[in-house]
Amino acid sequence: MSAHVNLERRRQAINGWLLFSPAAVLLTTFAFYPSVATLWSSMFSRGTRRRPTEFVGTENYVDLFADPTFWLVVKNNLIYAAATIPVSIGIALAMALWANSKISARGFVRTAYFTPTVLPMIAAANLWLFFYTPGLGVLDQIGSLFGLPSVNWLGQPETALWAIIIVTIWKEAGFFMIFYLAALQTIPEDLREAADIEGASRWTYTRRIVLPLLMPTTLFIAVNAVINSVKLIDHLFILTKGGPSDASKLILYYIWEMAFAFFHAPQAAALTILVIAVLGIVAAVQFFYLDRRTHYQ
Amino acid sequence: MTTAPFVVLKDITKRWHGQLGVEGITLDIPEGSFTALLGPSGCGKSTTLRLLAGLELPDEGQILIDGKDLTTSAASDRNLSMVFQSYALFPHLSVAENVIFGLKVRRVPKADRKQKLRKALEITGLLGFEDRKPGALSGGQRQRVALARAIVAGQRLCLMDEPLSNLDAKLRHAVRKDIKKLQRDLGITVVYVTHDQSEAMSMADTVVLMKDGHIQQVGAPEDLYNRPDNTFVAEFVGAPAMALIGSAALPGFDEGTTIGIRAENIHVVPKGEGRMSCTVNESEFLGSETLIGLSHADATGLCVLRPGLSLMPEGADIDISFRDEHLHVFDASGQRMAAR
Repeated sequence: MSAHVNLERRRQAINGWLLFSPAAVLLTTFAFYPSVATLWSSMFSRGTRRRPTEFVGTENYVDLFADPTFWLVVKNNLIYAAATIPVSIGIALAMALWANSKISARGFVRTAYFTPTVLPMIAAANLWLFFYTPGLGVLDQIGSLFGLPSVNWLGQPETALWAIIIVTIWKEAGFFMIFYLAALQTIPEDLREAADIEGASRWTYTRRIVLPLLMPTTLFIAVNAVINSVKLIDHLFILTKGGPSDASKLILYYIWEMAFAFFHAPQAAALTILVIAVLGIVAAVQFFYLDRRTHYQ
Repeated sequence: MTTAPFVVLKDITKRWHGQLGVEGITLDIPEGSFTALLGPSGCGKSTTLRLLAGLELPDEGQILIDGKDLTTSAASDRNLSMVFQSYALFPHLSVAENVIFGLKVRRVPKADRKQKLRKALEITGLLGFEDRKPGALSGGQRQRVALARAIVAGQRLCLMDEPLSNLDAKLRHAVRKDIKKLQRDLGITVVYVTHDQSEAMSMADTVVLMKDGHIQQVGAPEDLYNRPDNTFVAEFVGAPAMALIGSAALPGFDEGTTIGIRAENIHVVPKGEGRMSCTVNESEFLGSETLIGLSHADATGLCVLRPGLSLMPEGADIDISFRDEHLHVFDASGQRMAAR
């Protein structure tokens, strides 16, 4: 009796481990080990021919905090996040509500909204480069119709970061819209009818019923938007290369620059560790705090 | 009291992409009555209810509620409540929030809201469940939340779209009585959609039987049972349904007519003394009686009820008899003919 219960239990355990192992192996190889290795290498000095690497503890971090570019890049990225996250989510929601309503050419509207997502970021950046180019660019052409002077959107420190932000929002909103659209379609039609009969206006229904029911999706999208605000830098390579004078430089671009342009790998590793720590904290807050206040069906 | 009916539907027609939904629906519903829209699926009973609710707008015709023409008004302006088949409870709101949703939307003062909520929960037996989410309730409790939401605002007209179809059989019987009592106690007018004739017959003052988008008969349950207007009504109402016999099988009736007879009016008589001879094709013991299904070349749905356990062998030939006063005669197009 107990022998076959034991056997059964062992069989289940083996099953469980077999299911768990592919993810565990892949994540360990490509996520956990590199993170630990990065942490380790961030505590060594840069090796040169004359001075081999040595353990320096937190010196790379201290150097980083003393670096004014670091603070500028952090400030840029905070502005970038503060603008792209809420605006892209807001636009995505508005587009989803619109594309979910009973309009003609609904399929066309959905496809049109989704197109930026399908485009590779590099291609999108080239497209926007054409919009932004002073003189030739579409923006300037339109501006000149109204007699506005030519503006070098990407070439001046005041506008460069914002030009980048707009490209990111344009790229992200369509992607997030798809999630909202899918979530909207799981809300039964009779909830709207019930709200109708109870005398609720369209706006009341959206605010009191639809938005709360979309909360799980919003949470998921918000996590993605936060990650993207650090991760999405491809267009910087095409549009501004972080310039002019670091005005549009973001953290990940700075890390890349440090590691592969200035070849200061330990410093880049230190910055990477800081980014991972901050992202980890943000994700934890989102999942543990917001999760509890969200209704799942 | 006014003599004008509370709800009036005048010649309502609704088509879906050219396909017929309902056509020529004309109906008067007095205040305080319980009206059941009955019919097989696809007959247009739900469409009629949704037109009345304002969830759909009719292509033709006029809808009056309490003397006001509301044909094209929005659902929110019609001052009625509705119980949905799926209950349509808001899953993220508690029972209390679900019930007072409409009051909040209509800006009823808070103290008033609280009092009305308490009363509605008391009537529906939901006190103590205020803070539960619908997901944490049983099917019967959810159904009662939907009822509470429908009565809390004190609307005089309440529409119900198959509210019992998601409950198990035992609960359905209990809730049937509760709804009927609720309607009487509150004095509200209920329009109730169902495909279950026993529900309609037991609850309603007036039954509206529909088929293919048209009303077949409007009347009290006993009228539909005792004086069906046509063969469809005859075959739909009653369990077992009325048997229909072609005139060829019975002498003394005009050619082309159809004769209807109910199982309880048929007797088994000794061989050679009956008006018809048929073959037993099934025997079903129902407890207090036995239902014996009979087959005859010119008849459909012929059966006889015998008291107690009285099974008959399949394939046995028996004679049956009945009295003329129990016969219903329908003409060739299936319409009831004047009493003979």
